Amino acid sequence: MKRLAAIAAMWLVLIALPWWLPQIGGYTALGSKVLIYAIATMGLNILLGFTGGLSFGQAAYFGLGAYGAGMTLKYLAPSTPLAILIGTLAGGLAATILGPLVMRRRGIYFAMITIAIGQLFYFIMVRWNNVTGGEDGLAGFSRQDIHLGGVVVRLTEVNFYYLVLICFSVAVAAMWVLLQSPLGHTWVAIRENRRRMEFLGVRVERYVWAAFAVAGFITALAGTLNALLFNFTSPQDLHWILSGDFVIMIVLGGMRSFWGPLLGVIIFVVAQDYLSSLTDNWMSLIGLMFVLIVLLFPRGLLGALPRGGKLA
Amino acid sequence: MELLLFNAFNGLIQGVFYALMALGLALILSLNSVINMAHGGFLVIGAYLAYTLDPYLGFWGALVAGPLLAAVIGLIVERVLIRPIYKRPDPLYSLLLTFGLALIIEDMVRTIWGPQGLPLEVPDIINSPVSTEYFFVTGYRLFVIGITAAAAIGLYLLLRYTLLGIRIRAGTKDLETTSALGVNIYKLRALNFGFGCMFAGLAGVLASGVLGLTPPMGDSLIMPSFVAIIVGGVGSLFGAVLGGLIIGLAAGITTTYYPAASEAIIYLIMLIVLVVRPRGLFGEEGLFE
Repeated sequence: MKRLAAIAAMWLVLIALPWWLPQIGGYTALGSKVLIYAIATMGLNILLGFTGGLSFGQAAYFGLGAYGAGMTLKYLAPSTPLAILIGTLAGGLAATILGPLVMRRRGIYFAMITIAIGQLFYFIMVRWNNVTGGEDGLAGFSRQDIHLGGVVVRLTEVNFYYLVLICFSVAVAAMWVLLQSPLGHTWVAIRENRRRMEFLGVRVERYVWAAFAVAGFITALAGTLNALLFNFTSPQDLHWILSGDFVIMIVLGGMRSFWGPLLGVIIFVVAQDYLSSLTDNWMSLIGLMFVLIVLLFPRGLLGALPRGGKLA
Repeated sequence: MELLLFNAFNGLIQGVFYALMALGLALILSLNSVINMAHGGFLVIGAYLAYTLDPYLGFWGALVAGPLLAAVIGLIVERVLIRPIYKRPDPLYSLLLTFGLALIIEDMVRTIWGPQGLPLEVPDIINSPVSTEYFFVTGYRLFVIGITAAAAIGLYLLLRYTLLGIRIRAGTKDLETTSALGVNIYKLRALNFGFGCMFAGLAGVLASGVLGLTPPMGDSLIMPSFVAIIVGGVGSLFGAVLGGLIIGLAAGITTTYYPAASEAIIYLIMLIVLVVRPRGLFGEEGLFE
């Protein structure tokens, strides 16, 4: 009952965000950014927290989604929904195709291979100048108004926030259903004892592949929204530094909990926004945050709560 | 043909730096079970300290002092930050901790020495071209290859024939048994971490003679070093060196024919190796999985 009330309150706060955030000195786009990163990290957490696959290259699929959306708007058709669809498919399918290379590996090996695959995409985007804009990033596109029947929805800053919120809700609902299904329980079982699952005859590798693919699709969706938010994307959106940021946000919030990544994202994004306006040495402070989180809060903020160990 | 030789030789030099980095990374990975994301940071520390000491000690002194100081800082970092997380089996934490450390080091170096590139002066004796036809084969580059070969052989001899080396190898295979036999594994792991950082520092000093010094110089070297380890096979030091040389050469040769793909080729080679030999060229079964 308490949980239900807390979750209802969270949705209310999110729906009212364009009203209260500017009042306390924020801006609505910051809210959009938080939700976008929340989609990405909650998607990644299916792989990282629930299946136990240490992906340190997730930004690759985020960036592929962003470039997919941007290039669709720039070269193909001026349609926001189409851009989201194509971007999500681009990142998700890349993850699906590369999954078999990754799924047999564990631990350190898994991490190193996902990092290296991410760098491959990074250099493709940096070097494929004439199409991707190279080092300077892809610009020259902008999100287009949405036509619903006869109604035109103008994607202003606030309306775009609500589009992001709708995508967030859909993604969250999909992930919740997946994690409650037998598939989701198998993922958790693999995390807890991979060898036992193998002995039980479960084809563990296929399930890890499935988790990798699902995480890829969801992070790619977040990437498309990120490109639309800024009407811009750059190779930094595929860089391993962003991958590391995703992981630390998850760990900060609590990687064993469904909502943990959202909490981690809020703290991290707001801190980064604030620190970068405060000092030139904000990178050191972010780095220090990494070190302190690992040493002091290894189970995350939600993980530190008494019921944090359970699903949801 | 001239161009191909030129690029291949450039690639070989790059490969030597990758190999040096990969050696240190592989050492730390196998005994400390840490993926040292801050390895590029130790490279930068070694390089910049050598640059600062160069006016006082001269090039040769700086070449020795840079790596040693990187090792000392590595020892301190290991004692203060890494040791508390050995007891956590999940590699996630060491990955995140060293990642944060990498950010701090890069930012601090930028604050102390400035964001602009700096040159490291190399003595004239070793910096002149060896022949007029092959102008790119400077003495310094041969010197880099020589020093790296000496360092790699030195490490091999250390691991093969000294008591410390035997203990390091034993710890890699089975840390618990090594400890039970009376070896102080904390000291062993600390020393090993220092060795790894020393190799990073050496790579930094040597690389700054060719590429100059910039705060993010470690960034561009650390990822190919990961690939070198994956290609060579986790757990094999020889594999790490060979992997570094292979991808360096491949990148150099690709520059001749299709420059835009010179970085991507490294990762393509990795993917191909993973498909054909999932554990890398010399990887051992079941290590770190």
